Amino acid sequence: MSTYSVAASAGGRESVFRKLLRVNWPFVIVLTMTAGIGFGMLYSAAGGNWDPWASRQMVRFAGGMALMLGIAVVDIRFWLRHAYALYVVGLALLAAVEVMGTVGMGAQRWIDLGIVTVQPSEVMKIVLVLALARYFHATSIEDVYRPQYLIVPLVMVLAPAGLVLRQPDLGTTGMLILGSGAIFFAAGVRMWKFGVVLALGIAALPVGWQFLHEYQKNRVLTFLNPENDPLGTGYHIIQSKIALGSGGVFGKGFLQGTQSHLSFLPEMQTDFIFTMLAEELGLVGALVLLVLYIVILIYAMVFSAGCRHHFGRLVGAGITATFFLYVFINIAMVTGLIPVVGVPLPLISYGGTAMLTLMIGFGLLMNVHIHRDVVIPRRWVGEDSGPGR
Amino acid sequence: MHRDSDRHKLFSRRMAMLAGGKFVLLSALGARLYYLQVVESDRYKTLADENRINFRLLPPPRGRIIDRNGLVIADNAQNYRVLMVSENTPSVENTLDILSTIMPISDNDRARVIRDMQRNKSFVPVTVRENLAWEQVAQIEVNTPDLPGVLIDVGQSRNYPFGEDFAHVLGYVAPVAEGEATGDPLLELPGFRIGKAGLEKVHDLALRGTGGNSQVEVNAYGRVIRELSRQEGESGSAVQLTIDRELQRYTANRLAGESASVTVLDVHNGEVLSLVSSPSFDPNRFNHGLTGPEWRALVNNPRTPLINKVIQGQYAPGSTFKMVVALAALERGIVTPDTEFFCSGSMTLGNAKFHCWKKHGHGTMNCRSAIMQSCDVYFYEVAKRVGIERIGAMARRLGLGDKLGIDLPGESAGLVPSDAWKRGAIGAPWQKGETVILGIGQGYILTTPLQLAIMAARIANGGKAIQPRLTRAVIGADGAAGPAPNLEAESLDIDPKNLALIRQAMSDVVNSPYGTAHRSKLEMPDVEMAGKTGTVQVRRISKAERDTGVLKNEDLPWEQRDHALFVAFAPVDKPRYAISVVVEHGGSGSRAAAPIARDVMTETLRRVGQGALSADNSGPRRGDDEHV
Repeated sequence: MSTYSVAASAGGRESVFRKLLRVNWPFVIVLTMTAGIGFGMLYSAAGGNWDPWASRQMVRFAGGMALMLGIAVVDIRFWLRHAYALYVVGLALLAAVEVMGTVGMGAQRWIDLGIVTVQPSEVMKIVLVLALARYFHATSIEDVYRPQYLIVPLVMVLAPAGLVLRQPDLGTTGMLILGSGAIFFAAGVRMWKFGVVLALGIAALPVGWQFLHEYQKNRVLTFLNPENDPLGTGYHIIQSKIALGSGGVFGKGFLQGTQSHLSFLPEMQTDFIFTMLAEELGLVGALVLLVLYIVILIYAMVFSAGCRHHFGRLVGAGITATFFLYVFINIAMVTGLIPVVGVPLPLISYGGTAMLTLMIGFGLLMNVHIHRDVVIPRRWVGEDSGPGR
Repeated sequence: MHRDSDRHKLFSRRMAMLAGGKFVLLSALGARLYYLQVVESDRYKTLADENRINFRLLPPPRGRIIDRNGLVIADNAQNYRVLMVSENTPSVENTLDILSTIMPISDNDRARVIRDMQRNKSFVPVTVRENLAWEQVAQIEVNTPDLPGVLIDVGQSRNYPFGEDFAHVLGYVAPVAEGEATGDPLLELPGFRIGKAGLEKVHDLALRGTGGNSQVEVNAYGRVIRELSRQEGESGSAVQLTIDRELQRYTANRLAGESASVTVLDVHNGEVLSLVSSPSFDPNRFNHGLTGPEWRALVNNPRTPLINKVIQGQYAPGSTFKMVVALAALERGIVTPDTEFFCSGSMTLGNAKFHCWKKHGHGTMNCRSAIMQSCDVYFYEVAKRVGIERIGAMARRLGLGDKLGIDLPGESAGLVPSDAWKRGAIGAPWQKGETVILGIGQGYILTTPLQLAIMAARIANGGKAIQPRLTRAVIGADGAAGPAPNLEAESLDIDPKNLALIRQAMSDVVNSPYGTAHRSKLEMPDVEMAGKTGTVQVRRISKAERDTGVLKNEDLPWEQRDHALFVAFAPVDKPRYAISVVVEHGGSGSRAAAPIARDVMTETLRRVGQGALSADNSGPRRGDDEHV
């Protein structure tokens, strides 16, 4: 293979400084530009003020950037070695939420660790990717084709998904399952198996419906017919569509969004910030943001495909899928294509938790890129000695 | 390594498929945005504007009502209200306490204010009290620092500066009741008032004007952010009346304490100079809603202050009807001016005996002397000869028995009987004795005071069929008067010689020493009044009472006393004004009604002398003022 010619020095033994030089800086600039649009929208959401949102978001982004670079330069084998341990911690935190979590917005999502409050479901989005990547890294292609080898990773997905569903958080559950599905798919699981799962899922829908909370049922019913209850549950989506549509091609102008600034638009600094952007900056502004997202996705996929070890490729695929799901679910939700589920717009929406998840994810993605030429044998189990070259 | 390159290839293929899938989904988002922001954009722009823009209707000022000389009789007064905004006051209770040292706030009001504040959003102003006195407004303004969240708001409310004097002419305004909505959005405005009675009702549309509007931008909670545009409404038209304000006030004052009515007309064009029904009510009270006790006091008052007696009171005309009977006979040649009948004090028809008011009789009477002395027997004889149908026809020609079409709501028609009417209404044929009784204006006959005034006017003006009217002109906001009413009156086709005879006889009633109203002769140089008294029994006088002597009115309870009537016109030689006076249970026409007519007519003529009623200020009026 042509990759044999790549410099042998590419590996985990370099200094941090040299690794930083190998960071793909154009990618960092694209991320920063996207976040910059977010700062502008938060400035507008506050009626032309840096406080209370934009300034804090900038601080968070700066912190997230540092964290991202830190994660990026850690030897990738560290993440491989501790993938299962991190997964177990994440699962334990999720279980702890069941017992001692804080209730917010009608669902148990937060856990207070004394110093910080964390949202274990967000942590799980990352550690599940790591754990699955490690599992499939160690599994031969023939074994992937055998159904019995899929039992363990399925349990690894369904256990946290079940816990998150109980909180209840439909959006995160969906993201965990779909993101994991992308890893399964990239790992080479046979197509027909996805067909079976899909068929089973559809068959289970009527049963699943029974377990939904009233507000979740309402959201789905509202999605199916938002004009049914324009002042109740349908309000958000109707107002969002009015804001989007009234923005037109060029928008009403920065700080000029009537729907947003007159409070018709709910949650405009978080889940519905895309609506505000599209209202003020129009279709043009919305497409510019979409293009930036596509650029990020292309970078992410190139990083993944260009990695010489399966662990890195699968981590990249998982992070890419998670990022895509954030973007797609949020925009599809505010444009009325899918029911309202609380998923923020990556790098734009105000909020620390999603920012943290994303920056860690981007850190791992860059880590994969930096360590793309490290050789990790399939049966490598974490012994530092013996990089199999 | 070979294995790994296999799965790397598979991975790359699968990633390409995933990338394709992502691209398709993102394209779907792009298409959705295109649909919302380009294809459907106009619809959503409209919806966004509907969201944020509220149209507020601005009530126009109600048109003024002025008298024939342009003097104001109804206008709009500033109505100061205290409002309170709960989000601007730290403690609603405390602020109310401080406010109550400036003006009384009842416990009810306090409870209502607090309830309204809880029901509404915190930025919505809640009315604490309306109709503040100017001193209270000033005190609140001075104490503004101690009254956080308290606002003064100025609205307009209808004002009738002369209250009771014009109540039956103007009517009143009151809030729109359920079922009165006509689709005019103004009527949906809280607190909007419309004319409910009188001319306020008749001219409501003209007086109302057209609403303005203000476009305001509001947020999702309804708070007004700013005003986008404002278009003021158009004030209602002014309505000019034929009423003479000062004469009306004089008349109302003259009737104080009586249950009575007075109508003064211009005999040539039917313009009503004064129309008073007493007792009256204060229309200003209706503006804000009467209290239960106030309403019951008005409704239960036996002297019926809410009834406009001029158009709704129906009375037998009594002896004022004798002109009708005389004219019916003269026109048919059944009597001549010289035809005489002998009055012995009574007349017998079959086995019924009809008494004259003068127990021992008037002796020989002709038409002129019978009217002058109001001899009943003469008119029994004449009526018996003329017959019910001819009397009825003449009564109708002179304006009795039908609605005259005055521009006021609720006019009564009165009743002029006929054989057909009696068969229909009572189911029995007309009796000759009933014609005899009708000869002195009693029995099955009802007239309104307005009809009696018109009757006097038609006799005075030489037989022109004038109609009464209160509205002279509707003057739009641009100052242009509406079309002038056609005041050309048709001729009633009555022989002028006969009318002249009747006028002469009516002059005798007042000016001859033998006339029944001689005591009410005008005390003015060179001007004389002609008239006719009427006294209408409201009870039946039994044979026994007649034998022992008919009870005097003073000895009877109020509601059994006779109604006192008087119709008149002046000046005798050049008639210009007609008047009718009806005093309910007033006793005799000569004692109770004629003096009022004399005083009001004197005041009317005095105002002509002052120029207040001259033909020069006639404005849009057309018609022949100088008719003799």
